[in-house]
Amino acid sequence: MATPFWGSGGFMLEIKNLHATVNGKEILKGIDLTINDGEIHAVMGTNGAGKSTLSNVIVGNPAYEVTEGSITFNGKDLLAMKPEERAHEGIFMSFQTPIEIPGVSMTNFMRAAVNARRQAKGEEPLKSTDFLKIMREKRKLVEIDQKLMNRSVNEGFSGGEKKRNEIFQMAMLEPTFCILDETDSGLDVDALRIVAEGFNKLRTSETSAMVITHYQRLLDYIKPDIVHVLIDGKIVKTGGPDLALKIENEGFDWIKAELASI
Amino acid sequence: MSEQNQFVREVAEKKYEFGFTTDVQTEIIDKGLNEDVIRTISAKKGEPEWLLEFRLEAYRYWLTQEQPTWGHLTLPEIDYQAISYYADPTKKSADGEKKELDPELVKTFDKLGIPLEERLALSGMAVDAVMDSVSVKTTFKEKLAEKNIIFCSISEAVKEYPDLVRQYLGSVVPYRDNYFAALNSAVFSDGSFVYIPQGTRCPMELSTYFRINARNTGQFERTLIICDEGSYVSYLEGCTAPMRDENQLHAAIVEIVVMDNAEVKYSTVQNWYPGDENGKGGVLNLVTKRGHLRGVNSKLSWTQVETGSAITWKYPSCILQGDNSQAEFYSVAVTNNHQVADTGTKMIHIGKNTRSTIISKGISAGKSQNSYRGLVKVGTKADGARNYSSCDSLLLGSECGAHTFPYMDIHNNTATVEHEATTSKINEDQLFYCNQRGISTEEAVGLIVNGYAKDVINKLPMEFAVEAQKLLSVSLEGTVG
Repeated sequence: MATPFWGSGGFMLEIKNLHATVNGKEILKGIDLTINDGEIHAVMGTNGAGKSTLSNVIVGNPAYEVTEGSITFNGKDLLAMKPEERAHEGIFMSFQTPIEIPGVSMTNFMRAAVNARRQAKGEEPLKSTDFLKIMREKRKLVEIDQKLMNRSVNEGFSGGEKKRNEIFQMAMLEPTFCILDETDSGLDVDALRIVAEGFNKLRTSETSAMVITHYQRLLDYIKPDIVHVLIDGKIVKTGGPDLALKIENEGFDWIKAELASI
Repeated sequence: MSEQNQFVREVAEKKYEFGFTTDVQTEIIDKGLNEDVIRTISAKKGEPEWLLEFRLEAYRYWLTQEQPTWGHLTLPEIDYQAISYYADPTKKSADGEKKELDPELVKTFDKLGIPLEERLALSGMAVDAVMDSVSVKTTFKEKLAEKNIIFCSISEAVKEYPDLVRQYLGSVVPYRDNYFAALNSAVFSDGSFVYIPQGTRCPMELSTYFRINARNTGQFERTLIICDEGSYVSYLEGCTAPMRDENQLHAAIVEIVVMDNAEVKYSTVQNWYPGDENGKGGVLNLVTKRGHLRGVNSKLSWTQVETGSAITWKYPSCILQGDNSQAEFYSVAVTNNHQVADTGTKMIHIGKNTRSTIISKGISAGKSQNSYRGLVKVGTKADGARNYSSCDSLLLGSECGAHTFPYMDIHNNTATVEHEATTSKINEDQLFYCNQRGISTEEAVGLIVNGYAKDVINKLPMEFAVEAQKLLSVSLEGTVG
């Protein structure tokens, strides 16, 4: 795998020998993964292989415990940071199941999120008019209905609206590293296309991403540079985009067979 | 899950920022309650004979009654002989008349954000400041007098406007109403008196700030508001107390009379000392508040934000007698640690086409218990009466409780009564979702709680809405994060 030149010395995201448990059960059993500036990595794998655990550990979900290993982000020790500090560093996760927060409007939620990040960077909070202007622009970009902005966060949103809302939040927060955690689950083909196109519009040459999926179909829209296969808490195979196509056609059994023969 | 416990623990470790005491020379009468004590209080206040009689009758009635036990709470046994019923922190000159304000008192109220000097005061708000048993100062009295509005302490009103007081005192909450009403009627100390004459829109917010300072004393607030025909007033009360290991008693009566086409808005931000994290100390807040909508098209709204007190027992109520009268009750009650709140309202529909709205939001954290108790009663003549009630409970953690006790008593077939109730919980997933977007846990709790309470907070006057929002966050955040 070719590593592009990295100017300031260090990979964007570097995971070394990562072990993690949920409720005392070890799910990740030694993950090594490096994602460089501008790269899209797909992580595929069977149910229960640890894909969601990996994404939740990167963003610092307290329900997951790291027992060994390290994660650095732009050279900083990510595991020493609170979840919100990781967000301020530019990490964003599109949730597999976006959470509903009754009583908190999308507008207030986004204002709090945007201003928290600005504060962390030592910037003044946005003026209301400026904030609403940015909201309007980003909303158009990801084609999300204005009426959803006055509703409580994700409350009464359809499955497709929730996923689109995740991409809208990504647009507002302008992350440098995105995790799309099974963004395709529960979406029909049209919704999938809109969400994926939204992501592609937001991408810059520096944005890198980890796309977690069961299927090739999301990768038709968001083209990965590198594809990893995660089985039983370990990355067992890494390849190019053709690996995802092969899995789509043949499943994971051939990989398991390969592993068994070693 | 351990994170959940940690969060709940952190939330429970909140700080109370008004727990300081004021070192001021205070005249306190001996502990104990008997007819002589009542005579002493009455004499100290220079009251007329009829008022002393009123007190004594109430006292004799109180002796025949027992403390109510129907609330969803356990009142600690109150030793009424161990309390002093009169504490006066103001300085007196030789002839007994009040003189200069003690600078310590001014400092205390400054610290509480209640400047007593008019030039420093919030624009558009007059304040009656009550510490322990005595009104310390009432601001903007002269300015209000230009419009013939009376705003003073009830003690002063007894002297200056005895006819008005005699006509209305006990007319909305008679001393026989309940145990604590009888006690208050016997020993009430100070509170505010408001009279808005016909056709007058009160040009500023009126407010009373209650502060308990002295040890082992009870505070027996008595407030009376009369809003005459076609008039309007917005009134706010705030309350704080020092941190003390023993319980302090605040047993109040507020009576409001609303005439034809008049409107009263009464808002409370109650932040009495709630006791420590183990449930030691705190104010017992046992309050009877009631408005009488006597006139046609009269309006009364109660808005309360209740975050303090070890025990809250309080049901601001409305008697909708005038045809087309409208009453509202908006409440946010927050309980944390070992606090207990049993609060709600009574809407008594008597007149035709009367309307009432009840919006109650309970927020429980720690090991607290939070109950809504409400009665909607529609009398036989209340044709076309309508009530809408909505009672929501929000739980933080799994060791607290939320309860709803709605009673309906409907005697008219044309009445429309609706009741909705929900219970929800702030969970780790919601907090983490906020965290992932860059919002700290502390801010997330504030955001969620304020979002939940916003229907009520929006009813408060602007300055207080901001204060109430902060208070909600402080009450629940503590050292989270």
